[in-house]
Amino acid sequence: MEKFEKLSGIAAPMPLVNIDTDMIIPKQFLKTIKRTGLGVHAFDEMRYKDDGSENPDFVLNKPAYREAQIIVAGDNFGCGSSREHAPWALADFGVKVIVSTSFADIFFNNCFKNGMLPIVLPQEQVDLLMKDAEKGSNARMDVDLEKQEITTSDGEVIKFDIDPFRKRCLLEGLDDIGLTLEKAPAIQSFETQAAQSRPWV
Amino acid sequence: MSPKTLYDKIWDAHLVDTTPDGTSLLYIDRHLVHEVTSPQAFEGLRMAGRKVHAPDKTIAVPDHNVPTTPGREDPANMTEDSAIQVAALDKNARDFGVHYYPVSDIRQGIVHIVGPEQGWTLPGMTVVCGDSHTATHGAFGALAHGIGTSEVEHVLATQTLIQSKSKNMKVEITGQLQPGVTAKDITLAVIGKTGTAGGTGYVIEYCGEAIRSLSMEGRMTVCNMAIEGGARAGLIAPDETTFAYVQGRPHAPKGAQWEAALTWWKTLFSDDDAHWDKVVTITGEDIAPVVTWGTSPEDVLPITAEVPDPASFAGGKVEAAKRSIEYMGLTPGQKLSDIEIDTVFIGSCTNGRIEDLRAAAAILKGKKIKDGMRAMVVPGSGLVRAQAEEEGLAEIFKEAGFEWRLAGCSMCLAMNPDQLQPGERCAATSNRNFEGRQGKGGRTHLMSPAMAAAAAVTGRLTDVRELM
Repeated sequence: MEKFEKLSGIAAPMPLVNIDTDMIIPKQFLKTIKRTGLGVHAFDEMRYKDDGSENPDFVLNKPAYREAQIIVAGDNFGCGSSREHAPWALADFGVKVIVSTSFADIFFNNCFKNGMLPIVLPQEQVDLLMKDAEKGSNARMDVDLEKQEITTSDGEVIKFDIDPFRKRCLLEGLDDIGLTLEKAPAIQSFETQAAQSRPWV
Repeated sequence: MSPKTLYDKIWDAHLVDTTPDGTSLLYIDRHLVHEVTSPQAFEGLRMAGRKVHAPDKTIAVPDHNVPTTPGREDPANMTEDSAIQVAALDKNARDFGVHYYPVSDIRQGIVHIVGPEQGWTLPGMTVVCGDSHTATHGAFGALAHGIGTSEVEHVLATQTLIQSKSKNMKVEITGQLQPGVTAKDITLAVIGKTGTAGGTGYVIEYCGEAIRSLSMEGRMTVCNMAIEGGARAGLIAPDETTFAYVQGRPHAPKGAQWEAALTWWKTLFSDDDAHWDKVVTITGEDIAPVVTWGTSPEDVLPITAEVPDPASFAGGKVEAAKRSIEYMGLTPGQKLSDIEIDTVFIGSCTNGRIEDLRAAAAILKGKKIKDGMRAMVVPGSGLVRAQAEEEGLAEIFKEAGFEWRLAGCSMCLAMNPDQLQPGERCAATSNRNFEGRQGKGGRTHLMSPAMAAAAAVTGRLTDVRELM
């Protein structure tokens, strides 16, 4: 997996609550058997008009935010389906960090499998970052995973929490499957014991 | 021993390893696989030269984008991209030797209906699938939740999942339901009360007299939408209703193993003094037949209510409600029962089981759908379809003017040709009313099968109690 250590980038404000995975990547783009190339379809229905041209009102189509790598979002970002196509599409677009007051569970997990960092903060701090993001391309935020800090364009520092295991996986770009396979003996011994205690499984 | 919740008990029984940082490795008893979220995972296995660790515990079935019209066994009758995904699942199932129900098999259907129907899903198990509605299986007292494709690959390769434990939430529905009120109304009413993020970070256990009185079909409907409430999983403690449903199913234990299983299953309940991090209580008698008015499953109101004023909400929900009402083409203050519809969809992993079809058919018997209405029933599995035909339900639907389709996910997520056109408005028994969910520009109102049947007859959102 790609490492995540630090990022300095433009943050796009998306204050809408309950941005669901159907909005992030509509179903017609799930019929792929690859993980790549979905960035062009990210937020498809909000981003493009019926004739396929760009909707100039959508935040990521505005000149200031076309290169955004951070999204500051409303509550419950990523709710809905388990489709990992959602983080794949965002990562392919270039987004590596999303900040919100809460994330849907499966989307949150999926981000970490793709070198992306979802950050949960209290409402006041998300409001502050949202205001900062609204400044456009002047508002470069710095995200430092090691220090667990976001620095706003004004130099204000906001601390965030992260599960230590996930932090390590991101910092070192660790592959989950590889890590788990190191525990093959424990899995085998669990299976041997379960074959006795729950043979019907 | 300290008192435990049902979730604690299942969790503890599946712990392979816990590291000092608190992350755990959980053993997975059943892994369900479908065509949309698995191709990249199997590809990952191939590239790393890995096998499926436990093919006997892995069950694959195509459901998300298969057509529901006859002739679908022939790939030429599928769109090219759908045919590629189904062919990939075919090949992966055979190459890796997992259990498989192709579209030509009468047992094919929506993965969350096939699992319980075939007895793959049993109490006390851990069940995962690359699909958020895996929560359905919680109805058996199994810890069941959706995972992403990277985790699908992880489970295929190791039969385990790296997890951190969720908190415990109890949702109690006391008393009994009023006539015309169903499991779907319970689950929507809970989301209406807690919000779509109210369950985030929790596993919900549904309990109380009204839950105990539900059939397994109804319990599956309730747990199915735990994810819409933000929870990782929904659970209902197994009881005699559960055991009676499971006994005799093809993959359920038999003989001495049945007895041994039963002994353990009977210990699967939350201890009286177990700790709950959050408790929600709803009086069963207070639940009315409900519908959704907006584009989030939390936008729930009794059918007797009016479209709300966005200003009546707080925070970010004000803008979201404004956007929803505009997208849905509604006016604040408009009576919900005045909203005219042109499409009815009965089906999905939420409401595509035999009891759902019976409830809808009971309303439709001897009636016709409104002129110009497009109405379809998509049974959840080939076996549900066959049973409905045997019970005469299919005839009732057809005589009323419904299309009688083959099994699949269909218009719940509209990955196959069953889609809404822009501006079309659907009374749907599925689980999500997101913008574009049933087709770009389509408008979805979620409700129970009986309510959807009533709407098909009158052509507008309707209080089913008027037709009973």
